Amino acid sequence: MKHRLLVSIAMAATLSVSGLATQAYADVTIGVTVSSTGSGAALGIPLKNSVELWPTEIAGEKLNVIVLDDAGDPSIATTNARRFANDDKVDVMIGSALTPGSIAVAGVAAETEIPHLAASPVPPNVSSGKWTFILPQDAGLIAKTLFKKMQDDGVKTFGYIGFSDSYGDLWVNQFKAIGAEYGLEMIAEERYARPDTSVSGQALKLVAAKPDAILVGASGTGAALPQATLRERGYTGTIYQTHGAVTFDFIRIAGEAANNTVFASGPVMVPENLPDGNDTKEEGLAYVQAYEAKFGEGTRTQFGAHIHDAMAILKKAIPLALEKAKPGTQEFRAALRDAIENGGPFPASQGVFEYKPDDHLGLDERAVVLLTVEDGKFKLID
Amino acid sequence: MDFTIAAFLIQDGLTSGAIYALLGLALVLVFSVTRVIFIPQGEFVAYGAMTLSLLDSGKFPATATLLLVFGVLAFLLDLWDNRARLNAPVLLRNVGLNLVLPGVIYTLALVLAPMQAGPFVKALLTIVIIAPMGLYIYRIAYKPLADASVLVLLIVSVGVHLAMMGLGLVFFGAEGLRARPLSTGSFSLGFLPISAQSLWIYGSTIAIIVGLYLFFEKTLLGKALRATAVNRLGARLVGVRTQLTGVTAFVLAATVGAISGILIGPITTIYYDTGFIIGLKGFVAAIIGGLASFPITAIAAIGVGIVESFTSFYASAFKEIIVFSLIIPVLIWLSITVSVHEDE
Repeated sequence: MKHRLLVSIAMAATLSVSGLATQAYADVTIGVTVSSTGSGAALGIPLKNSVELWPTEIAGEKLNVIVLDDAGDPSIATTNARRFANDDKVDVMIGSALTPGSIAVAGVAAETEIPHLAASPVPPNVSSGKWTFILPQDAGLIAKTLFKKMQDDGVKTFGYIGFSDSYGDLWVNQFKAIGAEYGLEMIAEERYARPDTSVSGQALKLVAAKPDAILVGASGTGAALPQATLRERGYTGTIYQTHGAVTFDFIRIAGEAANNTVFASGPVMVPENLPDGNDTKEEGLAYVQAYEAKFGEGTRTQFGAHIHDAMAILKKAIPLALEKAKPGTQEFRAALRDAIENGGPFPASQGVFEYKPDDHLGLDERAVVLLTVEDGKFKLID
Repeated sequence: MDFTIAAFLIQDGLTSGAIYALLGLALVLVFSVTRVIFIPQGEFVAYGAMTLSLLDSGKFPATATLLLVFGVLAFLLDLWDNRARLNAPVLLRNVGLNLVLPGVIYTLALVLAPMQAGPFVKALLTIVIIAPMGLYIYRIAYKPLADASVLVLLIVSVGVHLAMMGLGLVFFGAEGLRARPLSTGSFSLGFLPISAQSLWIYGSTIAIIVGLYLFFEKTLLGKALRATAVNRLGARLVGVRTQLTGVTAFVLAATVGAISGILIGPITTIYYDTGFIIGLKGFVAAIIGGLASFPITAIAAIGVGIVESFTSFYASAFKEIIVFSLIIPVLIWLSITVSVHEDE
């Protein structure tokens, strides 16, 4: 009898606590799922760190932010997204850091009708979804910039070495789609995996094919291994790297071998070097200075900037949605989605987002800059 | 394919093969003595390489802190095990082994890390930090289950591997590190440039193989290890302390792992999770050696390295598939030719 009393008291307490919690959710609730452990940790950790720099309120509405780890696993990302939708009743979902996770979250977002900002590139069929908006630059945009630069540099043939995963495939597919327009020919295609201890075989084959240039389709410090090996094996031509490679860790690992390389990058890596009046300079400086003040000099990444950009969008879109409905309601979610789709342009650190009903990528050429390395630092190519 | 490229590929294959050989030998050693399939062996390599590169940049390696934590855990476990007979010698031994030893190493790292000592001092310090981890991991994870079945021990290994990998992410971060070579410079053999670091790799591998041979053939402890490997129960009956041999095997494995890390750290980028895939390649070699034969394992490891380097030239997209497929015909062959015997 006594036990039963205790149990009912405990239950009453739990109910009242959860009642309180529901009330608290009248604030704007944001669910973030990123891979802060597992294979995508290099991308997910800066994303998670950047969430800490978010403001605590927008337009007088308190922000409730829930950050979960999905370990880069799409099934965990799905569970997280379902939790956001069913338990936390979020107004907007953000994530994940890796493409498979983002696809998973997009599926839940479409089903539960919650606006979703994807922090990784996703395939066209997902990015055309009604509720999902893409933050990173589309590979097509980067590829166009890189191929154009190759053409301008007089490159006719190139060799390719990339990750043996979807990131590596991405660039080959881009080349197959638009490479011919730039008069380019791919004369060798090699693959490797990020944890490989040696790419000597691939490098030898590339050097033996004598291409005018080499394109590396890899990300983070993983992109430094072929770079270093190619230089070791005496390749002196220009090496082109995608935006995934543009991290300070890359320079740290590649050292001298990073010279004579062209990188396509988001502008957030070099906001200091951008001319005044550039549309991304103000947001870029704000993010980079806040991030490096908290996490140390030279810790900025493009990945983390997507989280800053999500907030740059929400800062403008949430007040628009608040005019129409109260947070926590389905009307508010729909209004927020409309505000993101039609409320642009949103200037941010990685570009200027201007989504349209038929374009959820939202970025233009202002979102790509070309960089090279000089004296161990990234320099803007004019 | 001309002769030059073939020579390059063979050299590259020998270099990675030598590392796989060290890992394969450690796996065979641990398995034959304790029946543990030691999946976390690769983590020692990653820890070793990353500790060295942190020391290179003058930073204090977090692995020393980890060692201290392991020591305290082992101390508490020992205290609990011996709670019935807590006399002075037992307590003293426990304090000395589990608290004083990691404490001394921690202090040593604290003093030496900012000093930017020579490469050999750093390499030695790395070994001194990593090697005792073998002792503590055995004490914490395996000793309480020493008589469990091979399958249970394998499951424990998976757990230890996941824990060590997670700790690696916390301590070293998600991005890769690269250490400085023990000695820079290279010379050319005809057209083939050979780096000093790869000579260190060949030399160390040969030295460790010879060292292990002498240890097993000439010392009493080595013979006790061999006896345990042949038959645990029999060894125990004739007075071999199988726990001591277990500890020895783990410390040897951790030492070999740390050395492999020091050797491979400067020639490639090591991530917190690289150890696993290197360990698996060593495991392929160990399987070919039937998890029993040291010489076959060493030769198979060189073979794995060379196959890997040639496939990375001819069919780089299928490299891992080809390397890991090597194991299938061997397993078929072993299952046909070797008669099954379980002595426990």
